[in-house]
Amino acid sequence: MLLADTAVPAWSWNLIADFQQMWSFPFMVNAFRAGAVTAVVSAVVGWFVVLRRQTFAAHTVSAVAFPGAAGAVLLGVSAVYGYFALCVAAALVIAALRGSGDHEESALTGTVQAFLLAAGFLFIALYKGLLEGPQTILFGTFLGITSTQVTVLTGVGIGVLAVLALIGRQLLFASIDPQVAAGRGVPVRALSVAFLVLLGAATAEASQITGTLLVFALMVIPAATAQNLTARPILSLALAVLLALAATWLGLTAAYYSPYPLGFFVTSFAFAGYVTARGMHALHTIRGRIRPSLPAKEVTA
Amino acid sequence: MNPIAKVREAVAHSGHTVPAPRTEDHDTAAEAGSGPVVALHDAAVRVGGRTLWSGVDLRIGPGEFTAVLGPNGVGKSTMIKVLLGALPAAGGEVRVLGARPGQANGRIGYLPQRRSFDASMRVRGTDVVRLGLDGDRWGVPLPLPTARRRAVRERVAEVVELVGASGYAHRPIGQCSGGEQQRLLIAQALVRRPELLLLDEPLDSLDLPNQSAVAALIGRICHQEGVAVVMVAHDVNPILHHLDRVVYLAEGGAATGTPQEVITSRTLTRLYGTPVEVLRASDGRLVVVGQPEAPAVHTDRHGIPGGVRAAG
Repeated sequence: MLLADTAVPAWSWNLIADFQQMWSFPFMVNAFRAGAVTAVVSAVVGWFVVLRRQTFAAHTVSAVAFPGAAGAVLLGVSAVYGYFALCVAAALVIAALRGSGDHEESALTGTVQAFLLAAGFLFIALYKGLLEGPQTILFGTFLGITSTQVTVLTGVGIGVLAVLALIGRQLLFASIDPQVAAGRGVPVRALSVAFLVLLGAATAEASQITGTLLVFALMVIPAATAQNLTARPILSLALAVLLALAATWLGLTAAYYSPYPLGFFVTSFAFAGYVTARGMHALHTIRGRIRPSLPAKEVTA
Repeated sequence: MNPIAKVREAVAHSGHTVPAPRTEDHDTAAEAGSGPVVALHDAAVRVGGRTLWSGVDLRIGPGEFTAVLGPNGVGKSTMIKVLLGALPAAGGEVRVLGARPGQANGRIGYLPQRRSFDASMRVRGTDVVRLGLDGDRWGVPLPLPTARRRAVRERVAEVVELVGASGYAHRPIGQCSGGEQQRLLIAQALVRRPELLLLDEPLDSLDLPNQSAVAALIGRICHQEGVAVVMVAHDVNPILHHLDRVVYLAEGGAATGTPQEVITSRTLTRLYGTPVEVLRASDGRLVVVGQPEAPAVHTDRHGIPGGVRAAG
């Protein structure tokens, strides 16, 4: 995680000089680019994940990214392809296992997930040359992000966002109100499969910044924070993107100027935002309760 | 409401028995000008090899309020699914809005059985209503001040006002009470100005004051806005004043007609194949006794979400 050759650069509070210094390294520029693309894509996809309560599916897909990356490295190809191949494959498997019901086959998914994680561990053991060990795959790194990688991330990201822009409204309908949506001719089941594939692609992207274990930092936390702050769909979607972007760039800056890992910073900044939002929400509720009680409300039977 | 000790009561006058295959000037008026909204002729439905009901004849005109009644598990919800075209009729003829079922779903508002949004659903009531208007369109609405956007917003506000939900439609729907959510969902079903409203136990899970309030709302929409309503109901009592027509489904067959015609000792006895008595209470209410309704069936009826077997 450390910048191995040089000492940890010093943060001077002169923001312009700091950023100039940071961006004088091409790998940092690439990291910021990749981070921006990933943050936007995972925040948008994650917003639907939170709305659809598919965090377990997202977790499974992200866990599967680990053997994907490890296997790709073992085979001598770039880890990027391993991430995408296995994440999308896992998404399709989940979609197939779910059958016609909309509930997740949690036991089966969990079983397969455990086996694949074990396989990933084996790949790591077999590939003795991997310098950082499993740690970079699990917890992310900003070192060594190539321009090709940025191009791939951007290309896939644009693809994911384009598909979401096309199916967004129907997906929202199907997520909130599947029965009525189906009655209106919305292809609920096909949308669910399509969304899982998008989820796989977005998870593969996020894995490369935050590592496979911390994907939720960009996928779930910003969306959950935004949905806590507002119930307006468009606004909370925009807020989720903004929060994810802020957490990523702040995290990259902090990781550059300190000896500690990137995944920790990104997750911590996102988490701080979430805690603040929950705190504000709770405060709002308490203030609402203290105010003179409203006229008798209808009671849910 | 206690389902075990429950007696079915209904306000009705003495009536005459209606034979199950009831044909009333079926084919003559159908082609004339405003045809029936729903027309069933000798319709039957089969789920999993079992015939749920058969020989159902029914004609519903514009602005008529029809209740589908009967014990649990006879296929009341299945009737809605047949009208939506989600399940084919096993026999007879079914026409909805002059077309085959499923062909005119854009002109139908549908409210499925017992939906509720829990507190974590952070989407406003107006958003849920709006999805009923344009949720099936491709693309994403852009937040630009266009005429179309204004029209959408006006229509949503109008229908929210119609169901009396203006006070809480801007709140996250998960934070609304059961009655408030039900009003918003009715608004969602109405937002496209449907000609037919299919409601599956909309009063279920509501407390008594809300039951009569929502029933009155549905009756008002039906008669003032001219929307034909087919409502699956477990208990006829809250909606009885508003009803024009009753479909009573039971294992032994089906009966259709006005409430006064159908809810009688003779009809129900014939439908159930066991003595059923309709008693008149001192205040004129009718009480149905001797109805074979197993409590186990009752608790089971929401066990299979979305499944056709969960026919209530």
